[in-house]
Amino acid sequence: MNIKPIDKRAKLNFLERIFIPEMAKGMVLTFKHMFQKKYTQQYPEVKKELRGSFRGSPVLVRDASDGKARCVACGLCARVCPALAIEVQAEETTDLKERTPAKFEINLLRCIYCGYCEEVCPEEAIVLSQQYEWTFPSKEAAVLDREQLLTPEAELAPKLHFLVEYRNV
Amino acid sequence: MDPIVNILIQFVIKIAVILGIVFTAAALGVYVERKVAAFIQLRIGPNRVGPFGLLQPFADVLKLLMKEDITPKAANKPIHRLAPILTLAVTFIVYAVIPFSDFFYLNGEKIYMGIATSPNINVGMLFILAMTGISVYGLVLAGWSSNNKYSLMGGIRSSAQLISYELSMGMALVAIFLMSGSFGLSDIVNMQAGWKWNILLNPLGFIIFITAAFAETNRAPFDLPEAEPELVSGYNTEYSGMKFGMFFLAEYANMFTASVLISLIYLGGWHLPFLPEVLGLEPGSFLLAALQVLVVLIKTSLVCFFFIWARWSLPRMKYNMLMNLGWKVFLPLGLLNIVLTAIGVYIFK
Repeated sequence: MNIKPIDKRAKLNFLERIFIPEMAKGMVLTFKHMFQKKYTQQYPEVKKELRGSFRGSPVLVRDASDGKARCVACGLCARVCPALAIEVQAEETTDLKERTPAKFEINLLRCIYCGYCEEVCPEEAIVLSQQYEWTFPSKEAAVLDREQLLTPEAELAPKLHFLVEYRNV
Repeated sequence: MDPIVNILIQFVIKIAVILGIVFTAAALGVYVERKVAAFIQLRIGPNRVGPFGLLQPFADVLKLLMKEDITPKAANKPIHRLAPILTLAVTFIVYAVIPFSDFFYLNGEKIYMGIATSPNINVGMLFILAMTGISVYGLVLAGWSSNNKYSLMGGIRSSAQLISYELSMGMALVAIFLMSGSFGLSDIVNMQAGWKWNILLNPLGFIIFITAAFAETNRAPFDLPEAEPELVSGYNTEYSGMKFGMFFLAEYANMFTASVLISLIYLGGWHLPFLPEVLGLEPGSFLLAALQVLVVLIKTSLVCFFFIWARWSLPRMKYNMLMNLGWKVFLPLGLLNIVLTAIGVYIFK
Protein backbone atom coordinates (compact mmCIF):
# COMPACT_ATOMS: atom_id res chain seq x y z
CA MET A 1 0.00 0.00 0.00
CA ASN A 2 1.37 3.32 -1.03
CA ILE A 3 -1.29 5.80 0.02
CA LYS A 4 -0.03 9.20 1.04
CA PRO A 5 -1.81 10.63 4.07
CA ILE A 6 -3.39 13.96 3.28
CA ASP A 7 -1.36 16.63 5.01
CA LYS A 8 -3.77 19.41 5.80
CA ARG A 9 -0.92 21.75 6.62
CA ALA A 10 0.76 21.13 3.29
CA LYS A 11 3.23 23.83 2.43
CA LEU A 12 1.63 26.22 -0.03
CA ASN A 13 3.80 28.37 -2.19
CA PHE A 14 3.35 32.12 -2.31
CA LEU A 15 0.95 32.18 -5.27
CA GLU A 16 -1.26 29.58 -3.61
CA ARG A 17 -1.27 31.48 -0.36
CA ILE A 18 -2.52 34.75 -1.83
CA PHE A 19 -5.52 32.83 -3.27
CA ILE A 20 -6.02 35.11 -6.23
CA PRO A 21 -4.63 32.80 -8.96
CA GLU A 22 -6.50 29.87 -7.40
CA MET A 23 -9.75 31.85 -7.37
CA ALA A 24 -9.14 32.81 -10.98
CA LYS A 25 -8.76 29.12 -11.85
CA GLY A 26 -12.08 28.31 -10.21
CA MET A 27 -13.81 31.18 -11.93
CA VAL A 28 -12.45 30.18 -15.34
CA LEU A 29 -13.93 26.74 -14.76
CA THR A 30 -17.37 28.10 -13.92
CA PHE A 31 -17.16 30.47 -16.90
CA LYS A 32 -16.53 27.52 -19.20
CA HIS A 33 -19.54 25.77 -17.66
CA MET A 34 -21.79 28.54 -18.89
CA PHE A 35 -21.33 27.45 -22.50
CA GLN A 36 -21.58 23.73 -21.98
CA LYS A 37 -24.55 21.54 -22.86
CA LYS A 38 -27.45 21.96 -20.45
CA TYR A 39 -28.93 18.89 -18.81
CA THR A 40 -32.40 20.26 -18.12
CA GLN A 41 -35.33 18.44 -19.73
CA GLN A 42 -38.28 20.72 -20.45
CA TYR A 43 -40.58 18.10 -18.95
CA PRO A 44 -44.19 18.66 -19.97
CA GLU A 45 -43.19 19.62 -23.51
CA VAL A 46 -40.24 17.26 -23.96
CA LYS A 47 -40.63 13.83 -22.47
CA LYS A 48 -38.04 11.34 -21.49
CA GLU A 49 -37.15 8.71 -24.08
CA LEU A 50 -38.13 5.46 -22.39
CA ARG A 51 -36.49 2.08 -22.85
CA GLY A 52 -38.46 -1.13 -23.44
CA SER A 53 -37.69 -2.30 -19.91
CA PHE A 54 -39.35 0.77 -18.31
CA ARG A 55 -41.86 -0.11 -15.57
CA GLY A 56 -44.86 2.18 -15.80
CA SER A 57 -48.35 1.29 -14.65
CA PRO A 58 -49.55 -2.30 -15.33
CA VAL A 59 -52.02 -2.92 -18.19
CA LEU A 60 -53.72 -5.91 -19.83
CA VAL A 61 -52.67 -6.78 -23.37
CA ARG A 62 -55.43 -6.89 -26.01
CA ASP A 63 -54.23 -9.56 -28.44
CA ALA A 64 -53.90 -8.36 -32.02
CA SER A 65 -55.16 -11.68 -33.50
CA ASP A 66 -58.65 -11.77 -31.94
CA GLY A 67 -58.99 -8.39 -30.20
CA LYS A 68 -59.63 -10.00 -26.81
CA ALA A 69 -57.65 -10.05 -23.59
CA ARG A 70 -54.74 -12.49 -23.52
CA CYS A 71 -55.42 -13.04 -19.84
CA VAL A 72 -56.67 -16.48 -18.77
CA ALA A 73 -57.49 -15.32 -15.22
CA CYS A 74 -55.10 -17.75 -13.57
CA GLY A 75 -54.70 -15.32 -10.65
CA LEU A 76 -50.91 -15.66 -10.39
CA CYS A 77 -50.45 -11.89 -10.62
CA ALA A 78 -52.91 -11.34 -7.77
CA ARG A 79 -51.07 -13.94 -5.70
CA VAL A 80 -47.63 -12.54 -6.31
CA CYS A 81 -48.53 -8.86 -5.93
CA PRO A 82 -46.73 -7.68 -2.76
CA ALA A 83 -48.97 -4.64 -2.42
CA LEU A 84 -52.26 -6.55 -2.94
CA ALA A 85 -53.20 -4.19 -5.75
CA ILE A 86 -54.71 -6.75 -8.16
CA GLU A 87 -58.06 -8.46 -7.93
CA VAL A 88 -59.08 -11.15 -10.48
CA GLN A 89 -62.27 -13.15 -10.90
CA ALA A 90 -62.49 -15.74 -13.68
CA GLU A 91 -65.33 -16.82 -15.94
CA GLU A 92 -65.69 -19.39 -18.70
CA THR A 93 -65.83 -18.54 -22.38
CA THR A 94 -66.43 -20.51 -25.53
CA ASP A 95 -63.05 -19.42 -26.85
CA LEU A 96 -60.14 -21.74 -27.37
CA LYS A 97 -58.47 -20.79 -24.11
CA GLU A 98 -61.72 -21.36 -22.14
CA ARG A 99 -61.07 -18.83 -19.32
CA THR A 100 -61.23 -15.07 -19.24
CA PRO A 101 -61.30 -12.52 -16.42
CA ALA A 102 -64.82 -11.45 -15.45
CA LYS A 103 -63.39 -8.81 -13.19
CA PHE A 104 -59.87 -7.50 -13.29
CA GLU A 105 -59.06 -4.51 -11.11
CA ILE A 106 -55.76 -2.83 -10.35
CA ASN A 107 -55.62 -0.25 -7.59
CA LEU A 108 -52.97 2.19 -8.78
CA LEU A 109 -52.76 3.78 -5.35
CA ARG A 110 -51.50 0.44 -4.04
CA CYS A 111 -49.35 -0.54 -7.01
CA ILE A 112 -45.61 -0.16 -6.36
CA TYR A 113 -44.52 -0.77 -9.97
CA CYS A 114 -42.36 -3.73 -8.97
CA GLY A 115 -43.18 -5.69 -12.12
CA TYR A 116 -43.70 -9.07 -10.37
CA CYS A 117 -47.06 -9.50 -12.12
CA GLU A 118 -45.41 -9.11 -15.49
CA GLU A 119 -42.68 -11.55 -14.50
CA VAL A 120 -45.03 -14.24 -13.24
CA CYS A 121 -47.63 -14.04 -16.02
CA PRO A 122 -47.54 -17.22 -18.16
CA GLU A 123 -49.34 -15.58 -21.11
CA GLU A 124 -47.54 -12.23 -21.22
CA ALA A 125 -51.00 -10.81 -20.68
CA ILE A 126 -50.20 -8.25 -17.98
CA VAL A 127 -47.24 -5.98 -18.68
CA LEU A 128 -45.94 -2.72 -17.28
CA SER A 129 -46.61 -0.02 -19.85
CA GLN A 130 -44.76 3.24 -20.42
CA GLN A 131 -47.49 5.32 -18.82
CA TYR A 132 -46.17 7.07 -15.71
CA GLU A 133 -48.25 10.25 -15.49
CA TRP A 134 -51.39 9.68 -13.45
CA THR A 135 -53.76 12.01 -11.70
CA PHE A 136 -56.99 10.88 -10.09
CA PRO A 137 -59.94 12.99 -8.96
CA SER A 138 -60.78 10.48 -6.21
CA LYS A 139 -59.59 7.27 -4.58
CA GLU A 140 -62.28 5.32 -6.41
CA ALA A 141 -61.09 6.57 -9.78
CA ALA A 142 -57.64 5.15 -9.07
CA VAL A 143 -59.03 1.60 -9.24
CA LEU A 144 -58.91 0.72 -12.92
CA ASP A 145 -61.26 -1.96 -14.24
CA ARG A 146 -60.84 -4.45 -17.06
CA GLU A 147 -61.98 -2.15 -19.86
CA GLN A 148 -59.70 0.68 -18.74
CA LEU A 149 -56.75 -1.67 -18.49
CA LEU A 150 -57.08 -3.36 -21.88
CA THR A 151 -54.50 -1.88 -24.23
CA PRO A 152 -53.87 -2.79 -27.88
CA GLU A 153 -50.81 -4.94 -28.39
CA ALA A 154 -49.34 -2.43 -30.87
CA GLU A 155 -49.00 0.26 -28.18
CA LEU A 156 -46.99 -2.06 -25.99
CA ALA A 157 -44.58 -3.18 -28.70
CA PRO A 158 -41.35 -1.99 -26.98
CA LYS A 159 -42.14 -3.86 -23.75
CA LEU A 160 -43.35 -7.03 -25.52
CA HIS A 161 -40.25 -6.98 -27.69
CA PHE A 162 -38.11 -6.59 -24.57
CA LEU A 163 -39.84 -9.58 -22.93
CA VAL A 164 -39.31 -11.77 -26.01
CA GLU A 165 -35.67 -10.77 -26.16
CA TYR A 166 -34.55 -10.85 -22.53
CA ARG A 167 -37.06 -12.68 -20.37
CA ASN A 168 -35.82 -15.79 -18.58
CA VAL A 169 -38.31 -18.51 -19.32
CA MET B 1 -39.20 80.77 -14.64
CA ASP B 2 -38.67 80.97 -10.94
CA PRO B 3 -35.24 79.42 -10.24
CA ILE B 4 -36.60 77.40 -7.31
CA VAL B 5 -39.29 75.81 -9.51
CA ASN B 6 -36.65 75.15 -12.13
CA ILE B 7 -34.42 73.38 -9.62
CA LEU B 8 -37.35 71.37 -8.27
CA ILE B 9 -38.31 70.22 -11.76
CA GLN B 10 -34.71 69.22 -12.41
CA PHE B 11 -34.66 67.27 -9.15
CA VAL B 12 -37.84 65.38 -9.88
CA ILE B 13 -36.72 64.42 -13.39
CA LYS B 14 -33.29 63.34 -12.19
CA ILE B 15 -34.73 61.31 -9.32
CA ALA B 16 -37.20 59.62 -11.67
CA VAL B 17 -34.48 58.76 -14.19
CA ILE B 18 -31.90 57.54 -11.69
CA LEU B 19 -34.29 55.59 -9.45
CA GLY B 20 -35.80 54.14 -12.62
CA ILE B 21 -32.36 52.93 -13.61
CA VAL B 22 -31.71 51.51 -10.13
CA PHE B 23 -35.06 49.69 -9.85
CA THR B 24 -34.72 48.24 -13.34
CA ALA B 25 -31.17 47.19 -12.55
CA ALA B 26 -32.27 45.50 -9.31
CA ALA B 27 -35.04 43.61 -11.12
CA LEU B 28 -32.70 42.64 -13.94
CA GLY B 29 -30.08 41.68 -11.36
CA VAL B 30 -32.44 39.09 -9.86
CA TYR B 31 -33.12 37.66 -13.31
CA VAL B 32 -29.46 37.63 -14.40
CA GLU B 33 -28.40 36.11 -11.09
CA ARG B 34 -30.77 33.19 -11.58
CA LYS B 35 -29.83 32.75 -15.22
CA VAL B 36 -26.07 32.85 -14.59
CA ALA B 37 -26.43 30.48 -11.64
CA ALA B 38 -28.38 28.10 -13.86
CA PHE B 39 -25.87 28.28 -16.69
CA ILE B 40 -22.95 27.66 -14.35
CA GLN B 41 -24.77 24.65 -12.93
CA LEU B 42 -25.63 23.38 -16.44
CA ARG B 43 -29.32 24.19 -16.07
CA ILE B 44 -31.58 26.47 -18.13
CA GLY B 45 -32.99 28.73 -15.42
CA PRO B 46 -36.26 30.66 -15.43
CA ASN B 47 -37.86 30.51 -18.89
CA ARG B 48 -41.61 30.30 -18.30
CA VAL B 49 -42.73 33.84 -17.47
CA GLY B 50 -42.48 36.02 -20.55
CA PRO B 51 -39.89 35.62 -23.31
CA PHE B 52 -36.80 33.84 -21.92
CA GLY B 53 -38.38 34.24 -18.46
CA LEU B 54 -37.66 37.98 -18.52
CA LEU B 55 -40.80 38.79 -16.51
CA GLN B 56 -39.75 36.45 -13.68
CA PRO B 57 -38.65 39.24 -11.27
CA PHE B 58 -42.03 40.97 -11.69
CA ALA B 59 -43.81 37.70 -10.98
CA ASP B 60 -41.62 37.33 -7.88
CA VAL B 61 -42.49 40.83 -6.67
CA LEU B 62 -46.19 40.18 -7.30
CA LYS B 63 -45.94 37.00 -5.26
CA LEU B 64 -44.19 38.81 -2.40
CA LEU B 65 -46.84 41.55 -2.42
CA MET B 66 -49.65 38.97 -2.22
CA LYS B 67 -48.06 37.01 0.60
CA GLU B 68 -49.17 37.26 4.20
CA ASP B 69 -46.96 39.52 6.24
CA ILE B 70 -46.09 37.75 9.47
CA THR B 71 -44.53 39.49 12.46
CA PRO B 72 -43.40 37.17 15.25
CA LYS B 73 -45.27 37.62 18.52
CA ALA B 74 -42.10 38.20 20.53
CA ALA B 75 -40.59 40.64 18.04
CA ASN B 76 -39.98 44.28 18.79
CA LYS B 77 -42.59 45.45 16.30
CA PRO B 78 -41.59 49.05 15.51
CA ILE B 79 -37.93 48.11 14.98
CA HIS B 80 -38.93 44.97 13.12
CA ARG B 81 -40.83 47.19 10.71
CA LEU B 82 -38.14 49.87 10.57
CA ALA B 83 -35.23 47.59 9.64
CA PRO B 84 -36.15 46.78 6.00
CA ILE B 85 -37.17 50.38 5.35
CA LEU B 86 -33.83 51.60 6.68
CA THR B 87 -31.90 49.10 4.57
CA LEU B 88 -33.68 50.06 1.38
CA ALA B 89 -33.71 53.81 2.04
CA VAL B 90 -29.98 53.97 2.73
CA THR B 91 -29.34 52.09 -0.50
CA PHE B 92 -31.16 54.76 -2.47
CA ILE B 93 -29.86 57.78 -0.55
CA VAL B 94 -26.37 57.01 -1.82
CA TYR B 95 -27.48 57.93 -5.36
CA ALA B 96 -27.81 61.55 -4.28
CA VAL B 97 -24.10 62.07 -4.89
CA ILE B 98 -23.35 59.54 -7.62
CA PRO B 99 -23.02 61.18 -11.04
CA PHE B 100 -23.82 59.06 -14.10
CA SER B 101 -22.16 61.35 -16.61
CA ASP B 102 -20.37 64.63 -17.05
CA PHE B 103 -22.42 67.83 -16.93
CA PHE B 104 -24.13 68.99 -20.11
CA TYR B 105 -25.82 72.14 -21.32
CA LEU B 106 -29.53 72.22 -22.11
CA ASN B 107 -30.92 75.54 -23.38
CA GLY B 108 -27.78 77.21 -22.15
CA GLU B 109 -28.20 75.77 -18.68
CA LYS B 110 -25.57 73.62 -17.02
CA ILE B 111 -27.07 70.34 -15.80
CA TYR B 112 -25.31 67.70 -13.71
CA MET B 113 -26.32 64.05 -14.05
CA GLY B 114 -26.47 63.50 -10.30
CA ILE B 115 -29.45 64.11 -8.04
CA ALA B 116 -27.66 66.73 -5.95
CA THR B 117 -27.48 69.97 -7.97
CA SER B 118 -23.76 69.67 -8.15
CA PRO B 119 -22.50 66.11 -7.72
CA ASN B 120 -19.16 67.76 -7.23
CA ILE B 121 -20.09 68.42 -3.62
CA ASN B 122 -16.70 67.91 -2.16
CA VAL B 123 -17.66 65.28 0.42
CA GLY B 124 -19.23 62.90 -2.11
CA MET B 125 -17.25 59.79 -1.24
CA LEU B 126 -17.36 60.50 2.50
CA PHE B 127 -21.15 60.73 2.29
CA ILE B 128 -21.27 57.35 0.54
CA LEU B 129 -19.00 55.73 3.14
CA ALA B 130 -21.16 57.16 5.94
CA MET B 131 -24.36 55.89 4.35
CA THR B 132 -23.05 52.39 3.62
CA GLY B 133 -21.93 52.35 7.24
CA ILE B 134 -25.53 53.01 8.28
CA SER B 135 -26.87 50.29 5.99
CA VAL B 136 -25.45 47.68 8.35
CA TYR B 137 -27.83 49.00 11.02
CA GLY B 138 -30.68 47.66 8.93
CA LEU B 139 -29.30 44.15 9.22
CA VAL B 140 -28.34 44.43 12.89
CA LEU B 141 -31.75 45.85 13.86
CA ALA B 142 -33.51 43.17 11.81
CA GLY B 143 -31.52 40.50 13.59
CA TRP B 144 -32.07 42.03 17.03
CA SER B 145 -35.76 42.84 16.76
CA SER B 146 -36.79 39.44 15.36
CA ASN B 147 -36.07 37.84 18.74
CA ASN B 148 -34.73 34.74 17.07
CA LYS B 149 -31.30 33.25 17.67
CA TYR B 150 -30.53 32.76 13.99
CA SER B 151 -31.51 36.32 13.14
CA LEU B 152 -29.47 37.64 16.04
CA MET B 153 -26.40 35.69 14.96
CA GLY B 154 -26.86 37.02 11.44
CA GLY B 155 -26.95 40.54 12.83
CA ILE B 156 -23.86 39.95 14.97
CA ARG B 157 -21.97 38.59 12.01
CA SER B 158 -22.98 41.56 9.95
CA SER B 159 -21.55 43.99 12.52
CA ALA B 160 -18.41 41.85 12.88
CA GLN B 161 -18.12 42.02 9.11
CA LEU B 162 -18.56 45.81 9.10
CA ILE B 163 -15.65 46.49 11.44
CA SER B 164 -13.41 44.20 9.40
CA TYR B 165 -13.97 45.55 5.90
CA GLU B 166 -14.87 49.20 6.43
CA LEU B 167 -11.37 50.20 7.53
CA SER B 168 -9.53 48.57 4.65
CA MET B 169 -12.10 49.97 2.22
CA GLY B 170 -11.37 53.44 3.56
CA MET B 171 -7.62 52.79 3.25
CA ALA B 172 -8.04 51.81 -0.40
CA LEU B 173 -9.99 54.99 -1.02
CA VAL B 174 -7.46 57.23 0.75
CA ALA B 175 -4.98 56.34 -1.99
CA ILE B 176 -7.50 57.47 -4.59
CA PHE B 177 -8.15 60.72 -2.71
CA LEU B 178 -4.40 61.34 -2.62
CA MET B 179 -4.30 61.06 -6.40
CA SER B 180 -7.43 63.08 -7.17
CA GLY B 181 -7.07 65.61 -4.38
CA SER B 182 -10.85 65.57 -3.93
CA PHE B 183 -13.65 63.55 -2.36
CA GLY B 184 -15.97 64.39 -5.24
CA LEU B 185 -16.80 61.52 -7.59
CA SER B 186 -16.80 63.80 -10.65
CA ASP B 187 -13.23 64.86 -9.89
CA ILE B 188 -12.17 61.27 -9.36
CA VAL B 189 -13.65 60.31 -12.74
CA ASN B 190 -12.27 63.33 -14.58
CA MET B 191 -8.81 62.50 -13.23
CA GLN B 192 -8.94 59.20 -15.15
CA ALA B 193 -9.40 60.72 -18.61
CA GLY B 194 -7.28 59.24 -21.37
CA TRP B 195 -6.86 55.67 -20.11
CA LYS B 196 -5.36 56.75 -16.79
CA TRP B 197 -7.74 54.34 -15.09
CA ASN B 198 -7.21 53.83 -11.40
CA ILE B 199 -7.27 50.05 -11.81
CA LEU B 200 -4.03 50.41 -13.83
CA LEU B 201 -2.47 53.03 -11.57
CA ASN B 202 -3.54 51.48 -8.31
CA PRO B 203 -4.20 47.72 -8.76
CA LEU B 204 -3.58 46.85 -5.10
CA GLY B 205 -6.19 49.36 -3.98
CA PHE B 206 -8.59 47.91 -6.55
CA ILE B 207 -8.23 44.40 -5.14
CA ILE B 208 -8.77 45.67 -1.59
CA PHE B 209 -11.75 47.78 -2.60
CA ILE B 210 -13.51 45.09 -4.62
CA THR B 211 -13.05 42.55 -1.82
CA ALA B 212 -14.45 45.04 0.67
CA ALA B 213 -17.31 45.74 -1.74
CA PHE B 214 -18.18 42.03 -1.75
CA ALA B 215 -18.27 42.14 2.05
CA GLU B 216 -20.26 45.36 2.09
CA THR B 217 -22.99 44.05 -0.22
CA ASN B 218 -23.20 40.80 1.81
CA ARG B 219 -22.57 38.69 -1.24
CA ALA B 220 -20.71 35.42 -1.52
CA PRO B 221 -17.97 34.63 -0.60
CA PHE B 222 -18.79 36.99 2.31
CA ASP B 223 -22.54 36.44 2.69
CA LEU B 224 -22.11 35.44 6.32
CA PRO B 225 -25.16 37.30 7.72
CA GLU B 226 -27.47 35.08 5.67
CA ALA B 227 -25.47 31.87 5.51
CA GLU B 228 -28.23 29.34 4.80
CA PRO B 229 -26.47 26.16 5.97
CA GLU B 230 -26.00 27.28 9.56
CA LEU B 231 -28.31 30.29 10.06
CA VAL B 232 -31.49 29.27 8.15
CA SER B 233 -31.63 32.63 6.40
CA GLY B 234 -29.71 34.80 8.86
CA TYR B 235 -30.97 38.25 9.68
CA ASN B 236 -34.10 37.97 7.50
CA THR B 237 -35.31 34.61 8.87
CA GLU B 238 -38.38 36.15 10.51
CA TYR B 239 -39.35 38.36 7.58
CA SER B 240 -42.01 37.52 5.04
CA GLY B 241 -43.96 39.18 2.29
CA MET B 242 -42.86 42.57 1.06
CA LYS B 243 -40.65 43.21 4.10
CA PHE B 244 -38.51 40.34 2.95
CA GLY B 245 -38.90 41.71 -0.57
CA MET B 246 -37.35 44.99 0.57
CA PHE B 247 -34.28 43.19 1.93
CA PHE B 248 -34.09 41.24 -1.29
CA LEU B 249 -34.40 44.37 -3.42
CA ALA B 250 -31.85 46.17 -1.24
CA GLU B 251 -29.35 43.36 -1.78
CA TYR B 252 -29.49 43.77 -5.54
CA ALA B 253 -29.65 47.56 -5.42
CA ASN B 254 -26.58 47.42 -3.16
CA MET B 255 -24.80 45.24 -5.64
CA PHE B 256 -25.64 47.78 -8.35
CA THR B 257 -24.40 50.65 -6.16
CA ALA B 258 -21.13 48.87 -5.47
CA SER B 259 -20.71 48.16 -9.18
CA VAL B 260 -21.39 51.79 -10.10
CA LEU B 261 -18.83 52.92 -7.54
CA ILE B 262 -16.22 50.47 -8.77
CA SER B 263 -16.74 51.51 -12.38
CA LEU B 264 -16.60 55.21 -11.46
CA ILE B 265 -13.65 55.05 -9.10
CA TYR B 266 -11.47 52.40 -10.71
CA LEU B 267 -12.68 51.65 -14.23
CA GLY B 268 -12.53 55.11 -15.76
CA GLY B 269 -16.15 56.08 -15.15
CA TRP B 270 -17.88 57.63 -18.12
CA HIS B 271 -14.82 58.15 -20.30
CA LEU B 272 -15.16 56.72 -23.78
CA PRO B 273 -12.25 54.61 -25.02
CA PHE B 274 -11.48 57.44 -27.49
CA LEU B 275 -11.86 61.19 -27.53
CA PRO B 276 -15.48 62.34 -27.98
CA GLU B 277 -14.42 64.54 -30.92
CA VAL B 278 -13.97 61.37 -33.04
CA LEU B 279 -17.76 60.99 -33.13
CA GLY B 280 -18.21 64.70 -33.69
CA LEU B 281 -19.71 65.25 -30.24
CA GLU B 282 -18.77 68.39 -28.39
CA PRO B 283 -18.05 68.21 -24.67
CA GLY B 284 -21.15 69.40 -22.87
CA SER B 285 -23.69 68.25 -25.48
CA PHE B 286 -26.72 66.20 -24.49
CA LEU B 287 -25.87 63.33 -26.85
CA LEU B 288 -22.41 62.95 -25.34
CA ALA B 289 -23.93 62.86 -21.84
CA ALA B 290 -26.35 60.12 -22.96
CA LEU B 291 -23.45 58.16 -24.41
CA GLN B 292 -21.52 58.59 -21.17
CA VAL B 293 -24.46 57.23 -19.16
CA LEU B 294 -24.46 54.24 -21.50
CA VAL B 295 -20.73 53.71 -20.97
CA VAL B 296 -21.15 53.81 -17.19
CA LEU B 297 -24.04 51.37 -17.39
CA ILE B 298 -22.07 48.95 -19.58
CA LYS B 299 -19.10 49.00 -17.20
CA THR B 300 -21.45 48.63 -14.25
CA SER B 301 -23.24 45.65 -15.73
CA LEU B 302 -19.91 43.94 -16.40
CA VAL B 303 -18.94 44.45 -12.75
CA CYS B 304 -22.39 43.19 -11.69
CA PHE B 305 -21.79 40.10 -13.79
CA PHE B 306 -18.48 39.64 -12.00
CA PHE B 307 -20.27 39.83 -8.64
CA ILE B 308 -22.77 37.17 -9.70
CA TRP B 309 -20.13 34.99 -11.32
CA ALA B 310 -18.01 35.08 -8.17
CA ARG B 311 -21.00 34.14 -6.03
CA TRP B 312 -21.50 30.90 -7.94
CA SER B 313 -17.79 30.05 -8.03
CA LEU B 314 -16.37 30.70 -4.59
CA PRO B 315 -17.22 29.02 -1.28
CA ARG B 316 -18.34 31.09 1.72
CA MET B 317 -15.73 32.14 4.26
CA LYS B 318 -16.04 31.72 7.98
CA TYR B 319 -16.30 35.03 9.77
CA ASN B 320 -13.07 34.65 11.68
CA MET B 321 -11.45 34.23 8.27
CA LEU B 322 -13.04 37.45 7.06
CA MET B 323 -11.86 39.33 10.14
CA ASN B 324 -8.40 37.82 9.70
CA LEU B 325 -8.38 38.95 6.10
CA GLY B 326 -9.66 42.42 6.93
CA TRP B 327 -7.39 43.18 9.88
CA LYS B 328 -4.22 41.20 9.28
CA VAL B 329 -3.98 41.28 5.49
CA PHE B 330 -5.89 44.15 3.95
CA LEU B 331 -5.22 46.78 6.61
CA PRO B 332 -1.38 46.51 6.31
CA LEU B 333 -1.69 46.23 2.53
CA GLY B 334 -3.92 49.30 2.50
CA LEU B 335 -1.37 51.26 4.54
CA LEU B 336 1.41 50.09 2.22
CA ASN B 337 -0.73 51.17 -0.72
CA ILE B 338 -1.16 54.65 0.77
CA VAL B 339 2.60 55.01 1.28
CA LEU B 340 3.37 53.84 -2.26
CA THR B 341 0.73 56.11 -3.76
CA ALA B 342 1.97 59.07 -1.73
CA ILE B 343 5.50 58.51 -3.04
CA GLY B 344 4.13 58.17 -6.58
CA VAL B 345 2.07 61.34 -6.27
CA TYR B 346 5.09 63.18 -4.87
CA ILE B 347 7.30 62.11 -7.76
CA PHE B 348 4.91 62.46 -10.71
CA LYS B 349 2.92 65.54 -9.78
